[in-house]
Amino acid sequence: MLQELYQEIILDHYAHPRNRGRLEGAEVVVEGVNPSCGDEISLFARVRDGVVEEVRFEGKGCSISQASASMMTEAVRGKTLAAVRELVDRFRRMMHGEPPDEEALGELVALQGVRRFPVRVKCATLAWVALERGLSEYECGRTAQVVASTEDEL
Amino acid sequence: MALPRDVRSDFPLLGRSLDGKPLVYLDSAATSQKPRVVLEALRRYYEEYNANVHRGLYRIAEQATLAYEEARAKVARFLGARPEEVVFTRGTTESVNLVAYAYGDAFVQEGDEILLTEMEHHSNLVPWQRLAERRGARLRFLRVRSDGTLDLDPLDRLLSERTRLVAITHQSNVLGTINPVRYVADRAHAVGAVVLVDGAQSVPHMPVRVADLGCDFLAFSGHKMCGPTGIGVLWGRAEVLDRMPPFHGGGEMIERVELERSTYKASPHRFEAGTPNIADAIALGVAVDYLEGVGMEAVREHEKSLVRYLLAQLREVDGVRVYGPQDPEVRGGAVAFTVEGVHPHDVAQVLDGEGVCVRAGHHCAQPLHRALGVAATTRASVYLYNTPEDVDALVRGLERVRRFFGRDG
Repeated sequence: MLQELYQEIILDHYAHPRNRGRLEGAEVVVEGVNPSCGDEISLFARVRDGVVEEVRFEGKGCSISQASASMMTEAVRGKTLAAVRELVDRFRRMMHGEPPDEEALGELVALQGVRRFPVRVKCATLAWVALERGLSEYECGRTAQVVASTEDEL
Repeated sequence: MALPRDVRSDFPLLGRSLDGKPLVYLDSAATSQKPRVVLEALRRYYEEYNANVHRGLYRIAEQATLAYEEARAKVARFLGARPEEVVFTRGTTESVNLVAYAYGDAFVQEGDEILLTEMEHHSNLVPWQRLAERRGARLRFLRVRSDGTLDLDPLDRLLSERTRLVAITHQSNVLGTINPVRYVADRAHAVGAVVLVDGAQSVPHMPVRVADLGCDFLAFSGHKMCGPTGIGVLWGRAEVLDRMPPFHGGGEMIERVELERSTYKASPHRFEAGTPNIADAIALGVAVDYLEGVGMEAVREHEKSLVRYLLAQLREVDGVRVYGPQDPEVRGGAVAFTVEGVHPHDVAQVLDGEGVCVRAGHHCAQPLHRALGVAATTRASVYLYNTPEDVDALVRGLERVRRFFGRDG
């Protein structure tokens, strides 16, 4: 059961997070918080001509929240805003129990094991909630730093 | 150990197994398990004399009223207090809020100060933040030293004639630290402040007499002391309760009601508007009987020796760091720790796989964790029904955590 939650790829992203750090001059800066555990994540994204060029993150959290953030930064890089929104939606539906679209989600499918541990679902969605909130603020023309909470529901 | 008999078999839930592994319950600081007598009291009330209190003329209503008021008398005796000083609430949080609204709104003025500590549970912090906002009062804080004890050096500097109220936890739900509330209360009274003690983590675990605490209010919860959820206590010194206006308005708390105004009953009924939580109050009385039967001195001694063993065993696990005082004489049974390189959630998740129930997170004490320099900790907490074998299971689980996350490899 534990192996189902802590898949190899998740432990790998936790031990070696990709795209960790700040991104100077990012158009999108979001503080994501999970009030149920106090975990916090800072997310930075650079957007050019409707394409998410780069996403980085900082923060402390459990293996699930860190691995999910790390995998997300790889999955969204180079995608258009519309494609990112579609991916966020697919991820959301997987975390809410729908069978995942394995082709579109790729290695993110590893996170579906989290569904069997309901209190951990918010760990997995933290970075995604933050990204979605940040991008919609960006699209409304607001680039100031915003706060997103897992309580606001992905 | 120090207990007069084996109490473990009194708690049905502790006999459970999960996936073939016996359940090891180490989260009593969050909520305690319930002995069979408490569960039976609940069933008996609902099956034999369920009726509203303080109104019915029929016999089962009288029986319910008697049992409810008898529970209040038991709690009073347990604390060395008078029944009219014992107000039933939903729990510690409601008790603190009752004081913040009823006492705070009546007696705290703009520019007044409220002294708190950095180690408070959110329930003894947020109600005061809200009171300070409503009244234009200012919050001051005693800080936590690196050994997990309160820094009392600035106490007399922080107290002044502006200090209206001091709210302090008796025992930290994270560090286990037992605070010298008597000393703080005496200093606070010297400047005319009233003192509220959060007893959520102390009343269930050690003998607590209100006269020894020297405070004006004591708040605690039933569900952490072998009672059901949804019932708690606010003890208030009679002279203070007498001059305190009501909290909620409604039935049960009035003397005479006219269209434009009403007069109110004396304490405790003035503070118990509406139909109270009859069943759970009665069951809390039974929980008090149960604890007194075991003996609170014995409970405290049992936990002390368990904590001594737990701290010694945790010291043997590489990468484990324990927060809070190391001397069991000055601390209770809540032990927070971190495992190097592994987030507390992951620690708790792997332990759960071994049947070991601990809590991970900020334990409703975010400012304290900030002061400790960590976002979260894992917390194991013991009670009268825990054994050295439970500690051994925890330590075995922690070794698994380290293997799983590859720190030994």
